[in-house]
Amino acid sequence: MSLLEIHNLQVTFGGLDALSNLDFSIEEGEIVSVIGPNGAGKTTFFNTISGMIPPTSGEIIFDGESVLGLDPNQITEMGIARTFQNVRLFPNMTVLENVMVSQHCRTSQLIIGALFQTKAFKQEEKEIRERSEEILGFFGTRLVGYRLDQPAFALSYANRRRLEIARAMATQPRLLLLDEPVAGMNPIETAELTGLISRLRDEWGFTIVIIEHDMKVVRDVSDRVVVLDHGVPIAQGAYDEVSTNPNVIEAYLGRPVEAKS
Amino acid sequence: MMTTNLTLKKPFELNWKRILFWGSICALSQVFICLVGLPSELNRRILIESTLSLGYLFILWVPLLFGYVVSKIVKLEGIENPKQGAADLLSGALTGLLGSLGLVLLMLGIDNLDMRDPLINWNPKLFRLLTFENSISFGSLVWIPVGVGLGTVGASLHQMSSQIRKMTAYAMFGLFSFAVLEDVIGDLSEGFRLEWLSDMIYAKKGGMTVTSTIVLAIVLALLPLLVQGKFKKTVDRYRSEAKPEDKRRNSVVLFSIVAVLVLVLPWFLGRIVNELLANVGLFLLLALGLNIVVGLAGLLDLGYVAFFAVGGYTTAVLTSPNSPWFSPETHFGISLLVVVVMATLAGLLIGAPVIRMRGDYLAIVTLGFGEIIRLLFLSDWLKPYLGGSQGITNIPAIDLGPWEVRGADPRSVFYMVLGFCVLAIYVSWRLQGSRLGRSWMAIREDESVAEVMGINIVNSKLMAFVVGAVLASFSGAVLAAKVGSVFPKSFEILVSIIILVVVIVGGMGSITGVMVGSLVLIGILGGPRQPGLLQEFQNFKLLIYGALLVFMMLKRPEGLVPTARRTRELHQEEYLQDAWLGDDESEDREEVGEQL
Repeated sequence: MSLLEIHNLQVTFGGLDALSNLDFSIEEGEIVSVIGPNGAGKTTFFNTISGMIPPTSGEIIFDGESVLGLDPNQITEMGIARTFQNVRLFPNMTVLENVMVSQHCRTSQLIIGALFQTKAFKQEEKEIRERSEEILGFFGTRLVGYRLDQPAFALSYANRRRLEIARAMATQPRLLLLDEPVAGMNPIETAELTGLISRLRDEWGFTIVIIEHDMKVVRDVSDRVVVLDHGVPIAQGAYDEVSTNPNVIEAYLGRPVEAKS
Repeated sequence: MMTTNLTLKKPFELNWKRILFWGSICALSQVFICLVGLPSELNRRILIESTLSLGYLFILWVPLLFGYVVSKIVKLEGIENPKQGAADLLSGALTGLLGSLGLVLLMLGIDNLDMRDPLINWNPKLFRLLTFENSISFGSLVWIPVGVGLGTVGASLHQMSSQIRKMTAYAMFGLFSFAVLEDVIGDLSEGFRLEWLSDMIYAKKGGMTVTSTIVLAIVLALLPLLVQGKFKKTVDRYRSEAKPEDKRRNSVVLFSIVAVLVLVLPWFLGRIVNELLANVGLFLLLALGLNIVVGLAGLLDLGYVAFFAVGGYTTAVLTSPNSPWFSPETHFGISLLVVVVMATLAGLLIGAPVIRMRGDYLAIVTLGFGEIIRLLFLSDWLKPYLGGSQGITNIPAIDLGPWEVRGADPRSVFYMVLGFCVLAIYVSWRLQGSRLGRSWMAIREDESVAEVMGINIVNSKLMAFVVGAVLASFSGAVLAAKVGSVFPKSFEILVSIIILVVVIVGGMGSITGVMVGSLVLIGILGGPRQPGLLQEFQNFKLLIYGALLVFMMLKRPEGLVPTARRTRELHQEEYLQDAWLGDDESEDREEVGEQL
């Protein structure tokens, strides 16, 4: 059984079909890239899976259960986490707090624990903190040390993107949705993050869907590529297959001029 | 353009535009203050015997302030400091002159036109006050030199050395406090058996004597010479040098000293001050509750008074023998348990329907709910149960074994409220650093992202509403027992707004800030129906509240004692600049190292 199965998904905004007839599935442990020209419906696809936009029709099944009609936080609790294309951290919370807060759905202490400082409460706080530091340590020395207590808005652009991934990791997902994780990074940072994405699967066991425009990254990380255009999947398969597919080339570059006979 | 203007300023080149602008504002402010009625109303309150009343002071500080403002020159880094000189003094004098001309025009107006219909203070009383019970020409002859003089003095503050300026400031503010706080100082000195001291300072009929004014002014002016910034230096040195363990130990010591002071002091204070402290405590409790809702969770609740009312009415129904429908006359302790339950229910009831709303919509809907609750208490429909506009009276004192807490003994009320405040502070402090507090913070920052990151926003928000509601209801319960009665009139919308102002002025999300805010606002100006230290301002309280709020929003939007977080939030650019200056180098090195 696939980890995520999507059947016949349709999302309509007014009269516009942002997504239509979308069938998609991903196996546990796969890395799948979703590509397509601007406005193809990639981010809508993510928004629908994470519950921010209800689909017009269709079925989304995660790990054998339908996620339709659930609130975003319930979907996160089931094990789907995401990042945002336009980085959306909690800018005035510190780096550490950003990661701590996203463990909310994996922890349980409420008012009583906090007021009486129960053993369970202290234990849980300690675990939250340790796990956060462990996750932030995954990105090398950039987000630890004195940075832990810096507000997120003070980070550099690349670091904000890294922190967003860390925050998604902290919800302890099974499926990680990365929306243009290397946008705005320089080539060195991009290369480094490409390596990290593979490690996310190999060491942390996440299944990953990634939206990306940088074809080098797509080639290097993905097992499979799905191409969307105008909300319709036009090609699927390994990178080499897809990159030579005439439909894909047409979607990106336009129809070649017909030779006059 | 500006720079050349500043650097090439000739000694007597005046910036006429600036003078005209500030001069007219000065004139308008003085006329406005007169017509609002501050001088006539406060003329009876003598500050310095047979010399100065509070009413006149309210006109006099205006040219002083604007003389100071008009000659203030913004210094920019890297640009040569403009030479200060006679031109600045002249600008100040001219500003003061324009202000006095405003007063002259006002006198002429009152004499010749009758505008008492819209402006009730456009009356002979004000006229007599402005002309010193003499003719217009006499009044003008006094006001013009006074205005010019004060404007010049205001402007000359820039020219003095900082030492002299500090001494002047100490003397002026010190004298002002001594004069205005006459009642309290009298009350205090009685408590400490130092009546001779207050007898020496104050004249019998009220106001300070001229001699004591002069002596005090000299003493106060010498104070900064004695202190010489030693205090600040010690604090700074302590901040930078002390070890963390020492700091922790010292803060424990400091905390205990404050705690002992708070516990012991009421025994030395008189009735007036104790009553005041009890009121401050009641509003502090409310403000701490609202601080959780607004400051931590970011839910702008304008109907907060509803929970205050629920607490008051629940206590009234359960403890008063006069409750019209159900009157078990239980003990306060038992009723308090019911109050918690009722407040939780009310929090859920008001919270549940508004939970999906954000920002402005939330504020408006909660505003509506607050009024609905008050109108319910007032309604004929519930009159057989809750007494309608007559309310419920005869609420007994709180019986605590050997002690009794009753309104006639404000000291006992203060201790009771203090207990609840400590509880509220503990709750705010612990929740702030907990999982729930973090989720509130995230919701405040970005609600939809918080939801995607797995936070159950419905539960978290309801929790904030409930905690806030319970704290407010405690305050309501104590108020009911203190006053001995509850009326719908005590729970007007104004209460919500004043508590919100306390939280904003003190510093949203900051516990210390809220404490300072309620001490300053409720203690000095007074609550919606409770008089503060400055009882004279009772009628102008809302005016001052408004002016203060506008001033704070312009000059210090983060509040008096803000949290570090909120300061950062409102001054992001400055913070980024500092951070950039601070760790720019380390960042570079790191990146270079990686590339190698």
